[in-house]
Amino acid sequence: MAVPLVGSVVVALLPARLGGALTKQVAFGVSLLTLGIAAAVGAGYDVGGGFQYTEEHEWIAAFGAHYALGVDGIGLTLVLLTAILTPVVILASWDDGDAGRWGVNAFFAWMLALEGLAIGVFAATDVFLFYVLFEATLIPIYFLIGGFGGARRSYAAVKFLLYSLLGGLLMLASVIGLYVVSADSETGPTYLLSELSRMEMDQNVGRWLFLGFFIAFAIKAPMFPVHTWLPDAASEGTPGTSVLLVSILDKIGTFGMIRFCLGLFPEASQWATPVVVALAVVSVLYGALVAVGQDSIPRLIAYTSVSHFGFIVLGIFVMNTQGQTGSTLYMFNHGLSTAALFLVTGFLIRRRRSQLISDMGGVEKVAPVLAGVFLVAGLASLSLPGLSPFISEFLVLVGTFVYSWWVAVIATLGIVLAALYILVMYQRTMTGVPVPAVVGMKDLTRREISALAPLLVLIVALGFFPQPLTAIINPAVEDTLQQVGVSDPAPDVPVTAGPGEEEESH
Amino acid sequence: MPVVDPAAADGVFSLLWLVIALPALGAAVLLLGGRRTDAWGHLLGVATVAGSFVLSLVAFVGLLGRGADDRAFTQHLYTWIEAGGFRVEASLLYDPLSALFLLLITGVGALIHLYSVGYMAHDPRRRRFFAYLNLFVAAMLVLVLADDYVVLFLGWEGVGLASYLLIGFWQHKPSAAVAAKKAFVVNRVGDLGMALGIMLMFATFGSTAFAEVSRVATEATDGVLTALGLLLLLAACGKSAQVPLQSWLLDAMEGPTPVSALIHAATMVTAGVYLVVRSNFIYENAPVAQTAVVVVGAVTLLWGAVIGCAKDDIKKALAGSTMSQIGYMMLAAGLGVAGYAFAIFHLLTHGFFKANMFLGAGSVMHGMDDDVDMRHYGALQKAMPVTFLTFAMGYLAIIGFPGFSGFWSKDKIIEAGFEDNLVAGLAALLGAGITAFYMTRLMLMTFFGEKRWEKGVHPHESPKVMTVPLIVLAALSVLGGVMLLGDWIVGFLAPVVGEAEHHTPAVPPIVMTLVVVAVVAVGVATAWLLVGRREVPRTAPQRVSVFTRAARADLYGDAINEALFMRPGDRFVGDLVTFDNAGVDGAVNGTAAAFGGMSGRMRRWQNGFVRSYALSVLVGALVVLVAMLAVNLA
Repeated sequence: MAVPLVGSVVVALLPARLGGALTKQVAFGVSLLTLGIAAAVGAGYDVGGGFQYTEEHEWIAAFGAHYALGVDGIGLTLVLLTAILTPVVILASWDDGDAGRWGVNAFFAWMLALEGLAIGVFAATDVFLFYVLFEATLIPIYFLIGGFGGARRSYAAVKFLLYSLLGGLLMLASVIGLYVVSADSETGPTYLLSELSRMEMDQNVGRWLFLGFFIAFAIKAPMFPVHTWLPDAASEGTPGTSVLLVSILDKIGTFGMIRFCLGLFPEASQWATPVVVALAVVSVLYGALVAVGQDSIPRLIAYTSVSHFGFIVLGIFVMNTQGQTGSTLYMFNHGLSTAALFLVTGFLIRRRRSQLISDMGGVEKVAPVLAGVFLVAGLASLSLPGLSPFISEFLVLVGTFVYSWWVAVIATLGIVLAALYILVMYQRTMTGVPVPAVVGMKDLTRREISALAPLLVLIVALGFFPQPLTAIINPAVEDTLQQVGVSDPAPDVPVTAGPGEEEESH
Repeated sequence: MPVVDPAAADGVFSLLWLVIALPALGAAVLLLGGRRTDAWGHLLGVATVAGSFVLSLVAFVGLLGRGADDRAFTQHLYTWIEAGGFRVEASLLYDPLSALFLLLITGVGALIHLYSVGYMAHDPRRRRFFAYLNLFVAAMLVLVLADDYVVLFLGWEGVGLASYLLIGFWQHKPSAAVAAKKAFVVNRVGDLGMALGIMLMFATFGSTAFAEVSRVATEATDGVLTALGLLLLLAACGKSAQVPLQSWLLDAMEGPTPVSALIHAATMVTAGVYLVVRSNFIYENAPVAQTAVVVVGAVTLLWGAVIGCAKDDIKKALAGSTMSQIGYMMLAAGLGVAGYAFAIFHLLTHGFFKANMFLGAGSVMHGMDDDVDMRHYGALQKAMPVTFLTFAMGYLAIIGFPGFSGFWSKDKIIEAGFEDNLVAGLAALLGAGITAFYMTRLMLMTFFGEKRWEKGVHPHESPKVMTVPLIVLAALSVLGGVMLLGDWIVGFLAPVVGEAEHHTPAVPPIVMTLVVVAVVAVGVATAWLLVGRREVPRTAPQRVSVFTRAARADLYGDAINEALFMRPGDRFVGDLVTFDNAGVDGAVNGTAAAFGGMSGRMRRWQNGFVRSYALSVLVGALVVLVAMLAVNLA
């Protein structure tokens, strides 16, 4: 099923030479087509679970590498996210490619390339294929940051690339290690997830290999203390680039943790849990606190993402259903809310020609629609109940509480800080008397509204009806936990053990 | 202790969802409809809430027609969240407790909506105001109709959002925007308690539904139950502006006055009391937490009353009073079975008379060009007769003048307080005296004495659309006490909160009542001596006692927060940002520099000589070969 998607990228690359308006329309069309296919796949997915839409071709026999694709509920969720966000980003970035270093064609071509590669990453069921695609995503995003953005974009792009390459290198070591281990076993060399996950592995080897993967994913996610590339990349890239980076590419990190760290190295994952949980909690609070102190809007949003990724990692490693369902849902919801936030503030920054909160004020008065969208996106980011991120964050916290109550108490402090960084930003930029530079600012255009509207609709709809997603995520989470070999602890005083009859369902 | 055990809703009760859906729909239409709905938006806003009121009334009558043990219904809508054992059903619970709240919210809500048609007539953003008000009503109804703590949390945060939007409704005023943010953030601190409470509940019981938790609550350990009680109390403190999370309520008066009446007096701020009463199955098994509730209530009722004595801003004086009155309710709720019904009783009567007085204050401001300083009022009883008379009814009700609604409800709480322990009783009694003082002061400064009006101000009576709600609320303030006839409200709520067994009180009730009335009389007389007999200066005197100064500064609540949290917090955040830029980033960049140096050395290897490349290729090949051999041999 990913074949048409990767194919669509190739198609998009060709007419991308024709220029201007046509490029944009073709790119938008291709992304919509991809969305259509992804939606069809989602609709056709059997909620019973397991990997579906699988295909498998031998690729490099000597390594045991396969071109193998397929999605389970977790992968499908992220594929859908990618397919939804790409057209939104293209529509929102309509004019952002015009002023770049390499022209508008390259801008949109790289975006589509990125979409195709990202979908491939989320659907890869072969470790080697995953690794290759994982590294390949760096190329388009490097050019997007370095080619189209702010003054220090080259610095930001190189910094991003160096961090990512370092992570990639460690992962490569582990990938080679996996080859060695699998070549040693009776299956012969293989990179197929389905075979690797059944393999016996020496405890120490497993732990070392786990570390290689985990560090790479932690840089990608990003977690404290390897997060500092993100604020630079986010403040120098165009808003669209930031969305692709934070909402989609960074998810590869947390997705990888579930799929590969937990899937391949269950023993090592449990061994590492205390440290990872500690790092995650630090990320939650540290990201939020540093966000409170930012004056640049994109940097602020980047730090909130560090905090949010802390929640996601936390949910993954507390090793229970609530935590992991929450995390997977979180990846999707965070993608939506952060995309809305980056895009709407991007529109604001473009109008004001400044990123700084201190340069704004009173925007609500001159651009009420922009302010309204900003507020909803912000409230989503602070996980207001009724908006989709609440459900995921709350599930993560519930899962954390079941794992350890005091870790949950610390992590929950994050919700107070979230209110602080969002509402302070809103207050300083949107309320009060309009500052002179803001007077006369135009409200959102029709194109901008139509780019943002789908995000807001999804945020509200999934806040009240998350069932379509949880239905496909739940079985996948159960599979993962089964692979790790843990099950949810029973409550101390289960309701069903109460006096009287069995609990009747409503 | 009663267990929540509702039957499936049918008949009129199956329309419950519509009670919420109507105002929610109103909010959605008004927000999404944009300017097209400007012309009739306010009418739609009133109509939806009025519709909900009619439905609530029908359901209430239906409820009365049934036997006492057959008065709880649940309506299952859909499954909201599901993950492993964590399952949250979007279900509504309609029982005597939620029935009373429904009537209060939609009834008083409809009146305040109507009033706002006149009050906001000249505001260009009136449609948006009504959208937010509708949103508030919908969220508040979710809160009281929820049958699961997570669903309750949805309403809980929903009213918080509406409150945020409405406090900051006049966003162009920086003070309003700051007050709105403060309210939300302080409430979030309370929400910590709510969120953790829900998590603890799930970890302990595997469920967060009222019905299920109430059935097995007794089996949890004392520690867990106490923790649950304290966590929920923290949540209640945030929403109900109880000490130590009280500081936001006074600032919240930046919102338009109907908002203060509906949200920050009659309904939302009482949600904390609702939470404690609703969670009676937890508190009944957690005596430590109950004591904490009583302490919080007693402290707040005095705290708010003292603040109310020193304020010259009419709305802030009323806000201090609200805080104090909710303190009474809290105290009653903390007394357990003996107090739950009286907490709700006082909540209802307070809803009537405080909404009445806030709207009255709004009417006064309307006539005084939005001046809120009582030192600029005086002698308004002639200029605004209807406002004066209706306000007077509210005044007599709140000080507990015999026969008025507040008399019955406050008296019961003081009585119950004395039966529990002397300190709680004395605090409640003292509070009654202070209440009489500050309310009399407010009354005298506003409606009596000399004219102290600003130049060019011509007070006038408000239009009918504003005075009619005042008259209705005034009537309710007078007559609200009928709910106590034959202990009706106690019996009505008994299936939800239980009923205390009767025993003869140590002091005969009539003596108790006389004592209360005497204390109130002292309060009124003191106010008359200090304020009524003298001329009120147009500017607040500066040379005042430390007590007055402390009360004017809200007993230093903000100063304490500032010193303990905000300033150190600011510094800490500043340090962290520096650390992040210099420390973390620097360390990583340092590593990068080290790599840079290394790569410089490595660059020397790339010297362009083919033979050295060949050599390295050879070495590399050998390494790979050895590796593969090692694998195959091992």
